[in-house]
Amino acid sequence: MTLERHKYDVLVIGAGGAGLRAAVEAREAGLRVAIICKSLFGKAHTVMAEGGAAASMGNVNDKDSWKVHFRDTMRGGKFLSHYRMAELHAKESPDRIWELETWGALFDRTKEGKISQRNFGGHEYPRLAHVGDRTGLELIRTMQQKIVALQQKDGRETGDMESGIKVFAELTITDVLKENGKIAGAYGYWRESGEEVLFEAPAVVIATGGVGKTFKITSNSWEGTGDGHALALKAGANLVDMEFLQFHPTGMVWPPSVRGILVTESVRGEGGVLTNNLGERFMFKYIPDVFKDKYADNEAEADRWYVDQDNNRRPPELLPRDEVARAINAEVKAGRGTEHGGVFLDVSKRIPAEVIKKRLPSMWHQFYELAGVDITKEAMEVGPTCHYIMGGVEVEPETAAAVGVPGLFAAGEVAGGMHGSNRLGGNSLSDLLVFGRRAGMGAIEYLKNNGANPVSDAAIAKAKAKIQAPFDRQGGENSYSLHAELQEVTHNLVGIIRTGSEIKEAIEKIAEIRKRSANVAVSGGRVFNPGFHLAFDLDNMLLVAEATAKSAITREESRGGHTRDDFPEMDTKWRQVNLISSFDGEKVNIRQQALPTYPKELFDLFDIHELEKYMTPEETSKGGTN
Amino acid sequence: MARNVKLRIWRGDSKDGALKDVTVEANEGEVVLDVIHRVQATQMGDLAVRWNCKAGKCGSCSMEINGKPRLACMTQVASFGDDETITVTPLRAFPIIKDLVTDVSFNYKKAMEVPAYEHPKNLAPGEARMEQIDVERSQEFRKCIECFLCQDVCHVVRDHEENKKSFAGPRFFIRIAELDMHPLDMLKNRKKTAQEEHGLGMCNITKCCTEVCPEHIKITDNAIIPMKERVADIKYDPVRWLGTKIRKREGL
Repeated sequence: MTLERHKYDVLVIGAGGAGLRAAVEAREAGLRVAIICKSLFGKAHTVMAEGGAAASMGNVNDKDSWKVHFRDTMRGGKFLSHYRMAELHAKESPDRIWELETWGALFDRTKEGKISQRNFGGHEYPRLAHVGDRTGLELIRTMQQKIVALQQKDGRETGDMESGIKVFAELTITDVLKENGKIAGAYGYWRESGEEVLFEAPAVVIATGGVGKTFKITSNSWEGTGDGHALALKAGANLVDMEFLQFHPTGMVWPPSVRGILVTESVRGEGGVLTNNLGERFMFKYIPDVFKDKYADNEAEADRWYVDQDNNRRPPELLPRDEVARAINAEVKAGRGTEHGGVFLDVSKRIPAEVIKKRLPSMWHQFYELAGVDITKEAMEVGPTCHYIMGGVEVEPETAAAVGVPGLFAAGEVAGGMHGSNRLGGNSLSDLLVFGRRAGMGAIEYLKNNGANPVSDAAIAKAKAKIQAPFDRQGGENSYSLHAELQEVTHNLVGIIRTGSEIKEAIEKIAEIRKRSANVAVSGGRVFNPGFHLAFDLDNMLLVAEATAKSAITREESRGGHTRDDFPEMDTKWRQVNLISSFDGEKVNIRQQALPTYPKELFDLFDIHELEKYMTPEETSKGGTN
Repeated sequence: MARNVKLRIWRGDSKDGALKDVTVEANEGEVVLDVIHRVQATQMGDLAVRWNCKAGKCGSCSMEINGKPRLACMTQVASFGDDETITVTPLRAFPIIKDLVTDVSFNYKKAMEVPAYEHPKNLAPGEARMEQIDVERSQEFRKCIECFLCQDVCHVVRDHEENKKSFAGPRFFIRIAELDMHPLDMLKNRKKTAQEEHGLGMCNITKCCTEVCPEHIKITDNAIIPMKERVADIKYDPVRWLGTKIRKREGL
């Protein structure tokens, strides 16, 4: 059978917000673009984003500006973000939102008819453009429809709507291919038929999203298997700061139908309490000294706070996310958790049913419809949920070009650097618009000096053999059970709270699973065979997990989405360091790389006393680069 | 508490297939997609099923459960009796690829036939002003998660392959209505083309689409009927008909 071949200028892997925005940019510059979706067009994980897209349009408070947004982002990331990415993001996100409106997006409005903006954690002013709680869907649908608009234009000009931009849905890429040290294309297979496809394209944009499925409890869908992280690594790119993952303290752990789904903080804000399997309201035991004056140490006072906030300290259930997560983790590890590895979060005994339904309508509705859990009658079982990875492909801020691989670009969650050690809510939707566009621009610029780079027969043969291999093995390992084992390891040993000895154990176990995964066998044929698909996803997840574990053991401090019980403090020395993962064909290696110093004009946006908490005296006395 | 449920799953491909009986454990609170996944992980490693978010937001796990088009992630096992067999079959209106997965490309083709949004030429980015109340009408339709259950249930195409060519289906009637009601869209005659090119006239308002919509969009009442009424007004009202001839505009 002859191999299906396609030639394009730009191949975009991933059809979430970042990928679609990159595709639009490249097509509008006249390039021929292919978009690869692992699932159907328009189903990417971007649809799950609820809160909104952060952009300092100043529609609700005109004191907002890119400088304030930049400051908030840097603080949120504990000053580990790449300053230039955070700067570009803050400067360009308003234009990216307004542009969506010219493509037909309908955001919620202010009284003056402008785009409404809502408050969100870490943002100084109301900043998130939103559409109720389905902002992500609006973004993806708008760009999906923009792509149709471009296709209709091509159709009018050439008679073929798919002549300039084509969507390849339900296709998995297994290899990004290089020739002569530069990107040449990619190889993969149709999920529907299992048949193989070669794409020849001198520029490849990776926009594959996150890695949540590496973990047992996650808010990510099946697609979040770190494909782009692994493809980039294998193509010779670097990953930066893979130890930083965002966990939400209260995701549902039971029943399975809602496992991983987030229970918003407002459930605790409305009076929900956390208890262990002894019925103890355990959070009182976990108030750190620095918070003792702000949080109640007894139930009576905590309960009074809900009616009188001026004369009582807050209940400890409302401590910052990482503190709550740490406490839940400690209770479960001490054997006081629920049988499914969580703790109880209960509003039912404290608030009348009709009040819960009124104040938390979507929460009530969601759990009732999805799982038959009536939160007005029973407790929820919750625990830390893997939500977002800050780490990702190391890129040049201006062009989103992957460092070290000419022709490769990365944008969105799969790219690293932008969010430092912790991402602010609302910054991911704006991130994917800003850097999706920049990845498209980067590809356009690159192609001015780089033409087609044909894929060799040897590379094709190698990629082909890899796809066939699991079918030829007899009675080997089952990919489902290996995946489940990996999830146990990551969840228990490199999860939300880490210690050196456990991470070491995780590294060993991941290596062992990786060895066994080389022997994965697949039953059934090639046509839409999920066991076969998982065999490749598993390979990606193992590589990502290795990078995360090895970075986590290297960073001997606690910062943002990386908490070490054995190194509980933030360390100014470690702020100067990015951890770079690379792949030598067998294993992931980690090296330390200095973070770029801020230029003076950005340095001066901060109060020096604030910077002193994060920087060494030498850094603050220098006051930026120029 | 775990219990065993009886599932009858359609297995096969475009050529041939049959219902297969399996018994699988179900835990409290689980949805049909959970037990299908358990069958996949323990008994049928190659069972094909589409899914993504498992939270009712992406519209991927559309199938027919006991004959009714539904999202498997939003259908609780507990909603069936203890002894009841749950029968899951692929969407009937679309060609089968394998097991529970169908070829829904019909819908993406129809999406490409709906003329895109047209922004006012002189309105620069950031200058748009719209009232919340005016955007809400279109926002209702933009809630659509493209599960295509409405397309599947619609009897115009469900058992009439021959109608597919000239019928866009409920999902795209709400898309046209959304653009038609968009406060800024500049393209004229959307209702007329809905009638003449997208088959709006073939709909006889049985409201099945509205009934299966997991987003509770009032497809028939808020999109299809208003468009039909306007089309009828203009086509059959002699004064307005004359107006369209004299002033050389459709008024649609």
